[in-house]
Amino acid sequence: MTDIHTAAPLLEIEQLGKRFGGFVALDGVNLSVPRGQRLGLIGPNGSGKSTLVNCICGALQNETGSITFDGIKVDGMVAHQRTRQGLARSFQLPRPFRSMTVAENIRVPLLYTVNARPGTHLSQSELDDRCMELLKLVTLDAKARKYTTDLTQVEMRKLELARAMAAEPKLLIADESMAGLSHSEVEDIVALLIRMNERGVTIIMIEHIMRAVMTFSQRLVVLVSGKKIADGEPADVIQNKEVVGAYLGQ
Amino acid sequence: MRTPAFILVLTAVAAALYFTFNFVGNDYLFFAGYVVLQYIVLATAWNILGGYCGYVNFGSAGFFAIGVYTTIFFYTVGQKIDTLMPDWLIAPMKLIFPLPLPVLIVLAGLVAGIVGLGMGYLTLRLRGVFFAIATLALTVVMETFIVNWSFVGGSRGAYVIPPNEVPIFGNYIHFLFALMLLLVVIALTSARLIERSWLGVGFATIRDDELAAEASGVPTLRLKLVATVVSGALMGMAGAPFPYYIGYVEPASAFNLSYAVNSIAMPMIGGTTSWVGPLVGALLLGTLQQVATVTISSAVNLLIVGLLLIFFVIIAPRGIVGLYQDWFGKSRKGAKP
Repeated sequence: MTDIHTAAPLLEIEQLGKRFGGFVALDGVNLSVPRGQRLGLIGPNGSGKSTLVNCICGALQNETGSITFDGIKVDGMVAHQRTRQGLARSFQLPRPFRSMTVAENIRVPLLYTVNARPGTHLSQSELDDRCMELLKLVTLDAKARKYTTDLTQVEMRKLELARAMAAEPKLLIADESMAGLSHSEVEDIVALLIRMNERGVTIIMIEHIMRAVMTFSQRLVVLVSGKKIADGEPADVIQNKEVVGAYLGQ
Repeated sequence: MRTPAFILVLTAVAAALYFTFNFVGNDYLFFAGYVVLQYIVLATAWNILGGYCGYVNFGSAGFFAIGVYTTIFFYTVGQKIDTLMPDWLIAPMKLIFPLPLPVLIVLAGLVAGIVGLGMGYLTLRLRGVFFAIATLALTVVMETFIVNWSFVGGSRGAYVIPPNEVPIFGNYIHFLFALMLLLVVIALTSARLIERSWLGVGFATIRDDELAAEASGVPTLRLKLVATVVSGALMGMAGAPFPYYIGYVEPASAFNLSYAVNSIAMPMIGGTTSWVGPLVGALLLGTLQQVATVTISSAVNLLIVGLLLIFFVIIAPRGIVGLYQDWFGKSRKGAKP
């Protein structure tokens, strides 16, 4: 894996701004994410976390500032182009392709992202192998032929992550992948995200479950009212007075 | 079944149907069969955008009419060469015109495909009911344009006189029926090819969840434009022989609401997630309508469509193909939770 301290940042966000009418969702956010890092992003509801993810991934266009990913400015690119650049995400509420089986869901990014990259063309058997490999990674291989309506909540979350991983991303943004899960299921997903990171994927995890955030994160960023109020070692950040104030009230 | 084998089987079925009708010797079968085949093409074409991608197009009549009026336009040019062309161009033009019907069908497909591309750019950022209303509005715009374009007959309509006989086929309706059979083979093969290719996978992701599709690298706008072009082109091709079939065309018949309603109802009744659905729906509904026309009244046609549509929306929202899959435990494409 690349040395995170010497390499150029994988994601560089400068002065990012986004409004919805009169509501300021993001207010000059700066963020630099080195390669290979496990970054936790937290903040109260309405703090702008999901808007930030949507702006990074292209579901929303930022109004001010810039986003540079792997040395390329991705502002103005539509979502699928950013995915092909290596920027993948999972959704807060699982959004599987319901007319497809679990394995077919995984095939979509392989067909449209991996095969769309210059010099790559996976044959049918290679596609099948990759699907099974990813499903094994998330322990869904036994359900490869099942439809997504037959999956439990935690399995849906795993499918979301596997589908994001199928795009062979350099950066994966996991948007509240553990919401509504039990204690053991949360541990399961955290372990899965760490396994994905060990494969060389930089991960930004947005989460409310602090136990998971603290276990997972090498660095913690806090957003409040569209502004970054803290950024650093997780243990230090949670002691920060501004952070405590934002969560518990002044 | 591989595509060449599929085309062979389809062609064999088409040929068998043609020779059976010929053997029976009643030309009414060709007239009625032509209409059913026309609806198979329209329903299959609609399903490429409406069924595979989930974008409900109420503008089928508009695309059908583009095909109709492409034929009328070139037919009129052929009739008025002496007055339209400079003297030096008249002789070479008379060698080309009148254009043969198969050429007109190709031209109609091209024109309707280009209009489909334009419609796609204008409307495909809309979803759901807004997209449906936009396509309906575009049809009204097209009809208004045609009503005011006197060269193609305007509101008074236009006559097309088909030849009495054509080589090989003899009777002209036999020729039209054979052409429509060919269009059915083309439409069904195209739909099946799309369904089984990476395009079909992409279309299904758009139908299921467009945001997740984009996040998976699917270029949704580009794919939707492909669907609009293919769907529009096939509808235009279905409309091209219509003036030769009916002899007199006016905007109200070319832009008739029944084309839009049937194009939607037939795939909905047959099932929208595979090429089989529109075929089954069009065969069932089209035949029922033809039988009702001769036994009861042509006015009862839309009533049959309405009743069947209500029945299937309530009892079998995934159509006849969906019912079959449920009963026989086959895959359930398009299943909703």
